[in-house]
Amino acid sequence: MKIAGILQALLWRDIKLAMRRQSDVVATLFFFVVAVSLFPLGIGSAPSLMHAIGPGVIWVAALLSSMLSLNRLFSSDYADGTLEQLLLVPMPLTLILAIKIFAHWIVAGLPLVILAPILGLQFDMGAKDIGILVLSLILGTPLLSLIGAIGAALILGMRGGGVLLAILVLPLYIPVLIFGAGAVTASVNGISPEGALSLIAAMLTLGVVFAPFAAAVALRISLE
Amino acid sequence: MNWYKFSSPKTFYPVAGSLAPYFLGVAGALLILGLYIAFFLAPTDFQQGEAYRIIFVHVPAAWMSMFVYLIMAGWSVVGLSLNSKLSYMMAQALAPTGAIFTFLALVTGSLWGKPMWGAWWVWDARLTSELILLFLYVGYMALHSALDDVRRADRATAVFALVSAVNVPIIYFSVKWWNTLHQGASVSLTQAPAMAKIMLMGMLIMSISFWMYTIGVALLRLQCIIAEREREIIWMNEAQRSE
Amino acid sequence: MHWGSLDNFLAMGGYGFYVWISFGLTLACLLFELYGLQKRHVNSQGDI
Repeated sequence: MKIAGILQALLWRDIKLAMRRQSDVVATLFFFVVAVSLFPLGIGSAPSLMHAIGPGVIWVAALLSSMLSLNRLFSSDYADGTLEQLLLVPMPLTLILAIKIFAHWIVAGLPLVILAPILGLQFDMGAKDIGILVLSLILGTPLLSLIGAIGAALILGMRGGGVLLAILVLPLYIPVLIFGAGAVTASVNGISPEGALSLIAAMLTLGVVFAPFAAAVALRISLE
Repeated sequence: MNWYKFSSPKTFYPVAGSLAPYFLGVAGALLILGLYIAFFLAPTDFQQGEAYRIIFVHVPAAWMSMFVYLIMAGWSVVGLSLNSKLSYMMAQALAPTGAIFTFLALVTGSLWGKPMWGAWWVWDARLTSELILLFLYVGYMALHSALDDVRRADRATAVFALVSAVNVPIIYFSVKWWNTLHQGASVSLTQAPAMAKIMLMGMLIMSISFWMYTIGVALLRLQCIIAEREREIIWMNEAQRSE
Repeated sequence: MHWGSLDNFLAMGGYGFYVWISFGLTLACLLFELYGLQKRHVNSQGDI
């Protein structure tokens, strides 16, 4: 019971801290919207084209904006020394990181999911396809936070780590992108998206089990 | 334990130096044999003509690119669990060679693709996975060179190698799935010829040659890494003394 | 030996350009790597 209390406190602390710097959160969201809106301007807006590229464009933009928010995950805690204190807490670091990643998803991932239906409308998606889009993002964005946490832990405290983070993390995001965008594309084309969605769910399960552990190992190495 | 003696970089240094020439020699001999089979013994493929002969470098290079990454991950596991410097160095020594094979697999793949598919690049499942693998190699090496603290660099890249190696099969599977969804190239480089025995033989010999080459080159690079790190330590000691 | 003449061998049934660049580039990359390593080796040993 006590552990649950501490974890809950940690969760609220992270969310509150993020909310105190709302401009960061809003900027990432805005990036998501701007990036998606650029594509029709660059490619053209014929309805058939919109159907074809919509799922992929929204997913790629979600990938990029969730990557942009990754260095928020540890950097401020690292700067003020909180992170080193967390290593000393008599509790598995894996568990602490799992909570931190969850908090990060609530602040950086969940807003993308909430915003996605509006962007889906921009690409002329039907109600059913928008439902699948939201579902795929609900399953996929936590996975992005989980994988990204490992990368963020590896480059902790590095000068100009942003580009390096992109190089490390984006290739690992590819399966999520493929199945996420694939589910929506399948739905748009009238094929069942069930297979792709269950594959993301399977990956998410694996990610929840292993990623916090890997991130904890990486964090220990970086803080040593 | 006597075995541990060799896990120290300093004692392994001369061993690596004396082994490397043998591996490189065998690699050279097998390469000549492989090329002879590739050009003089293997018959023309009735479907692809002589262009199929590119598979004698493409397929071994592609195999090596994946093997080398897995072996790097293997050394990383050994390094992380036994905390042995030499294992980390081994992984680091393999990375550039693996990246070169990945690059070669990509280029020879597209050189095969141009006459066969009519385009330099087709989003074929194998080529796409090779491209992603190249990204992973680049990420690994970029991470190592970006971290100044060698100890941290060793261990951080080991974690990355491990995490990304677990991802390699997932990436391969997802790209294959994606390829069927979007109906990519219908002719693939691997299904190419109905393999005659002699073709398989040639590919196998080329692969073994590449293996031997990789081991030889990795041993040489290991020597460089050991010597460079040693020198850094000497420098640091001298700098401390002069202060 | 089904090539008959050197010209036929070099032409590779019309695919000579692709085949020879593939093999040539592979050999060049491997040799270049060895060469670079040799140089690095000499450098790394110079001061010890």
